[in-house]
Amino acid sequence: MNRDFLHAFARNKGAVLGLAIVGAVILVALAADLLFPASPWEMAGAPFGRPLADGMLMGTDMLGRDIASGVAHGARVSLLIGLASTLAAVAIGVLLGAVAGYYGGRLDDLLMRFTELFQTIPNFVLVVVIVAIFTPSLVSIVVAIALVSWAPLARLVRGEFLSLRSREFVQAAITCGQGDATIIFRQILPNCMSPIIVSASLMVATAILLESSLSFLGLGDPNAMSWGFMVGSARTVLRQAWWMCFFPGFAILLTVLGLNLIGEGLNDAFNPRLRRKRKA
Amino acid sequence: MRDPVRFLRRVAVAAALACAPLAAHAETPVKGGTLTAIIQPEPPMLVMGLNQQAPTQTVAGKIYESLLTYNFDLSPRPSLAKSWEVSADGLTYTFRLQEGVKWHDGAPFSAEDVLFSFKTFLPETHPRARALFGRAESIEAPDAATVVIKLKEPFPAFLQAFEVSTTPIMPKHVYEGTDFRANPKNATPIGTGPFMLDKWEKGSYIRLVANPHYWQAGKPYLKDIYFKIIPDAASRALALENGDVMQSQYNDIEPFDVARLAKLPNLTMTKKGYEFVAPLMWLELNTRVAPLDDKRFRQAMMFAIDREFVRDKIWFGLGRVATGPINSVTKYYDPNVPKYPYDPKKAIALLDEMGLKPGANGVRATIKFLPLPYGETWQRLGEYVKQALGKVGVAVELESTDAAGWGKREANWDFDVTGNFLYQYADPSIGVSRTYLSSNIRKGVMFSNTMGYANPEVDRLFEAAAKENDAAKRQEMYSQVQKLIVEDVPVAWMLEMEFPTLLNTRVHDAVTTAIGVNETYADAWVSPK
Repeated sequence: MNRDFLHAFARNKGAVLGLAIVGAVILVALAADLLFPASPWEMAGAPFGRPLADGMLMGTDMLGRDIASGVAHGARVSLLIGLASTLAAVAIGVLLGAVAGYYGGRLDDLLMRFTELFQTIPNFVLVVVIVAIFTPSLVSIVVAIALVSWAPLARLVRGEFLSLRSREFVQAAITCGQGDATIIFRQILPNCMSPIIVSASLMVATAILLESSLSFLGLGDPNAMSWGFMVGSARTVLRQAWWMCFFPGFAILLTVLGLNLIGEGLNDAFNPRLRRKRKA
Repeated sequence: MRDPVRFLRRVAVAAALACAPLAAHAETPVKGGTLTAIIQPEPPMLVMGLNQQAPTQTVAGKIYESLLTYNFDLSPRPSLAKSWEVSADGLTYTFRLQEGVKWHDGAPFSAEDVLFSFKTFLPETHPRARALFGRAESIEAPDAATVVIKLKEPFPAFLQAFEVSTTPIMPKHVYEGTDFRANPKNATPIGTGPFMLDKWEKGSYIRLVANPHYWQAGKPYLKDIYFKIIPDAASRALALENGDVMQSQYNDIEPFDVARLAKLPNLTMTKKGYEFVAPLMWLELNTRVAPLDDKRFRQAMMFAIDREFVRDKIWFGLGRVATGPINSVTKYYDPNVPKYPYDPKKAIALLDEMGLKPGANGVRATIKFLPLPYGETWQRLGEYVKQALGKVGVAVELESTDAAGWGKREANWDFDVTGNFLYQYADPSIGVSRTYLSSNIRKGVMFSNTMGYANPEVDRLFEAAAKENDAAKRQEMYSQVQKLIVEDVPVAWMLEMEFPTLLNTRVHDAVTTAIGVNETYADAWVSPK
């Protein structure tokens, strides 16, 4: 199974490319302090410096800050927020979805109406409201993104649980006298991991985009350098200095593309029917 | 001539003024032109006595008039009053009104309208008028063309109050005995000015047409004025560029775009016409909070911030580095005050002297900065201050909030450092002393002495100067007070803000007074294509 899976994933060229891109972004994020030891807010050069002028690979912004340093340090913020908010959203979504799907009945109704409440409010509007209320900081942004992202996952997990709980292996576990918690986490959950992993990988991409949009609107953490902030602050001078928007914008594009490619690849690899079709 | 620099600047200004009309008067004014201007945001209403927001002032300034208007040096000049006298004791102000003035609906204008405006209408509706006319012992009209105001005690700044947004003259026959705010005539404002409201297409444009019965014979030169509402900044720049509109003012054009537009052959740029408001920008320092309670720390901040960088890189050259509490275009400005050039070493020396030694991470102290939420230029200022103070070992944590939240926090002293700017309204006793008087430490009131700054000598000088009739003695007191305040640094002055007015080269004689684009435009004209 494992070799089969890796094989299937490796056959998908897009997925491998995505993995390479995201790997590179992670490397840059880890090495940011080595590559650019100074703070990305440091006004290191003359303002409005073009790329490659004054030894600045990507030029400087309107206050003379090194764009390359900002892109490297911004990778940390973007990945951190993407991963942290996805983990939080997965935790909420899996827990609620599993409970609703396993127990069914009134509890299911109640939890699903609650989930729909979150699904009916447009994601971005809700994120903006939450962040505005709790004042922008890394924590409030992670919480806000997690709060708007868990609902679809909860429905997905509920669906999987509904169909799996009537299977023989679950009946057998019940007959053996296993407790509810054991059955949920040890028996059913491992059997619906693949759709969870696929949608989580896509959620990371969405979270990065949400954070960038927030920073673009000036609702990012004012003390953290992020890609969205760089694009947002430079968009007004786009006519004078294209490079200030271009590099961080390109970084967002690459990262989100990479994550989406990985998600597609995982989906294909996890789905045996599709895999067989490709082989044929 | 105590101060040669100021004198030279005056000479330069006078020379420029002398030359400008020469160039313009080489052509005689052409009648019948149409002016198009940007108005942004759309004014909520056009009755100046009820609303004085910036866009209202620009449009309604053409519809209403006051007794006086002001030259670039803030000396008064005639408007509805053709002449005026102030008695030697500074207590009696006598205004003689223009003759043959009619309201837009044809009713004659008289001293009764002035009394109604000053005694009844404005004290009820205008935020500053109640305090202003509260200084009057009596306001009387001995005849239909004369108004006499007697003050309780001398207040020489009184003569600076007869500007159209402060004291617009409202028609008595329209408003007397009605609910001013609910009067149905508010939809069709009636003033004495050279232009009348013709059409207001909400969200699109406002059209004013020439008043055929205007009291200055032969004026206005313009046939009509269109104020176009263009909410998007890039569209505004484009409209100016391709000639769709001929005028922009205040913040219509983003600072970074001003230099590019000013260079275009069909546009000219002037920074004149904002002398009356004379905004001054500073960092407000909460002197109740350590280490901001120590004068040396506040001085160190001044030395650590390169204000030329702030002017050139953040405000794109729009502004002058401020020397102290009074804007150099406001009356009684004195440049002879302690100076704070950019000098990080001095800042470090002051911090060392205070005993604030850098810790293991190089940080001596941590303060919070709440940028003014008025757009990204102010955000950039916050980012710059964070870096600049970081260099001398003061860590700055940036906070963020929305406009309403900012107002609440500023008024309730809930900040360490915040950005702010205030208008000065021509005279220090109107627009400057309110920031520094200890009697104006009022929790919950925006734009008061929110720093909690108290210096008894400063209080005494401000209070004495406000009542002093002798201009030379007044100057002496204001010079002293400026030195004292600059030494104390209750706020860290950044820039005297300048606004650009961009005009199409076809527009002539638009900006001629200290109120610039809010002037009546009776003299403005547009040359044919």
